[in-house]
Amino acid sequence: MYTILAWRNIWRNPRRTIVILMAVIIGVWSMIFLGALMRGMETEMVRNSISTLTGSIQIHHRDYRNDPVVENSMDDMDKLDQALSSIQDTGTLWAKRIRVNAIASNARHSGGVTLVGIEPEKEAKISFIGNAVTKGRFLSPEDKNKIIVGNAFLKKFNTKIGNKLILLSQDTQNEIASKAFKIVGVFNADAEAIEKQFVFVPLVQASKMLKMGESISEISIVLPKLDITGKKEFQTARKLIASVNDDTIVIETWIELLPMIKAILKMSGFFLYIWYFVVFIAMGFGIVNTTLMAIFERMREFGLMKALGMRPLQVIRGVVTETFFLLILGILIGNILGFLSVAAIAKNGIDLSALAAGAEMWGIPRILYPEIWLQDVAVAGFVVLVLGVLVSLYPAFKAARVTPITAMTKN
Amino acid sequence: MAIVETKNIKKTYHQGKVKVPALCGVDLIVDKAEFVALAGPSGSGKTTMLNIIGGLDLPDSGSVVVDNHRFSDMNQAGLASLRLHKIGFVFQAFNLIPVLSAIENVEYVMLLQGVPESERNQRAKQILDDVGLDGKYDRRPAELSGGQQQRVAVARAIVSDPTIVLADEPTANLDSQTGNDLLLMMKQMNNEKKITFIFSTHDNMVMDYARRLVTIKDGLIVNDETKAC
Repeated sequence: MYTILAWRNIWRNPRRTIVILMAVIIGVWSMIFLGALMRGMETEMVRNSISTLTGSIQIHHRDYRNDPVVENSMDDMDKLDQALSSIQDTGTLWAKRIRVNAIASNARHSGGVTLVGIEPEKEAKISFIGNAVTKGRFLSPEDKNKIIVGNAFLKKFNTKIGNKLILLSQDTQNEIASKAFKIVGVFNADAEAIEKQFVFVPLVQASKMLKMGESISEISIVLPKLDITGKKEFQTARKLIASVNDDTIVIETWIELLPMIKAILKMSGFFLYIWYFVVFIAMGFGIVNTTLMAIFERMREFGLMKALGMRPLQVIRGVVTETFFLLILGILIGNILGFLSVAAIAKNGIDLSALAAGAEMWGIPRILYPEIWLQDVAVAGFVVLVLGVLVSLYPAFKAARVTPITAMTKN
Repeated sequence: MAIVETKNIKKTYHQGKVKVPALCGVDLIVDKAEFVALAGPSGSGKTTMLNIIGGLDLPDSGSVVVDNHRFSDMNQAGLASLRLHKIGFVFQAFNLIPVLSAIENVEYVMLLQGVPESERNQRAKQILDDVGLDGKYDRRPAELSGGQQQRVAVARAIVSDPTIVLADEPTANLDSQTGNDLLLMMKQMNNEKKITFIFSTHDNMVMDYARRLVTIKDGLIVNDETKAC
């Protein structure tokens, strides 16, 4: 009967109940919807970063990341191939790369670039470059002296497809190695900096130019499914480390390779919970105010109940149960609306092209696809329910403290 | 056997800086199964007396013993428990919880007492039948007349077999016929169940029904007469 009493009490003044219910619904909806947008942005940021040559896991020579020169290459390919074949997850892909700093020059310009020697067929499946060529064609393993460059690079160097480009770098014998390549394709990337920075040639050609033999700079591995927490990647990396068992080799996940992204993820999670708290504060005042109004209106009734022998704790329980129902209802409807809103924009996403220049700096995708994390839904529900019940304790204690005589003589 | 015993009860209310004495040393003994009316004009102190006997208010001095429970030895929780188990209340108005039906209002006290649901329901129906409200179990207070509401209040007061029922001007808001019916019903309960009834009233009809009439004036008992059977 406590439940019946609480339920009927909240509908005694339907207009007031609907107003506070709206506040809870809008609050919960905003938590779910904005949370989904933020999580979608995070996921796309990570996915973009992984796709931009990082991969889920990378394998390097111990000193390569501090000093990315040809001397810091990995040459024991048998051991690495054996370790890679031990990865159990079906759908896991990997590709070998040579990646060194170089100078690109043509008749008009010269500038620093990162020369990436790739296995074209494998690379196309693990990084953005496979789908990024918008003019000309992608590389094939048999290509000799062919190169693809970014659109921004093309403009900067004032060149075009079919033109020659000279690359200079240091080979394994500490000699200057140079080679002329013919531009066969142009790629587009989300960030202009990437288009200017990277030039791609077949792995074999890079190897010949730099006299690297079988050696490579890195192996990039992409797991079949992105785990934004990085746990899955971490587990796979640990297995690989155990399998390689070589202290000259370093195996790192994207979390370690992209410290900035890691920091942004942490920060955005923190901001999300700050938002939850701000929403709750606004909602909390509404809950306290409404509950207080409801209690003052029913002061005589509380007096009567206490006269009949109701204990203060039972009064508190009654008031808290009313708030609980209100919150549960609000959370439920807020969740439904939140899920529906996310579903409505999930297919086409939100186009952020207008903000692309600013967004690019942070690796934010041009089209934002929302993503609901059950963890966020649970936290939002928990925050609203638990804190809502807690703030309702104040009016509940007020109701519990009334004395029957004073309450029943109130007009 | 004394169910209620008060000695030298004094109570003064403070309205700002003004002291308003309500009771100025009241001694009263009520025995089991008595049907007592506390009569007197408005402001005489009869409602204060009733509230003090019911443990709703505490005297400034003097002692109150109800069913062998001395109030000065009890805290608020103890008094609440005593009210719940030993005392039934019928107030002048605002007696019922508006969102509960007649039967739920009656069951409510038993709910607080921890009586199992099936027993609650059975007893509530029985008592509503006894007060003439059979078939009106599911009506909310707003759907009942004033007399019917007071009957529900009486049913709630006696459903858990209290030692004493305190009724504060129960007929004040009723027409004479309805008030008469209510008093007849309470008198019947008094006779059949041997429940002690104490009323506060300034209604002559209630005084006529009372077997014992205690008149209070200016916070003192000025007359205490028991009618012959």
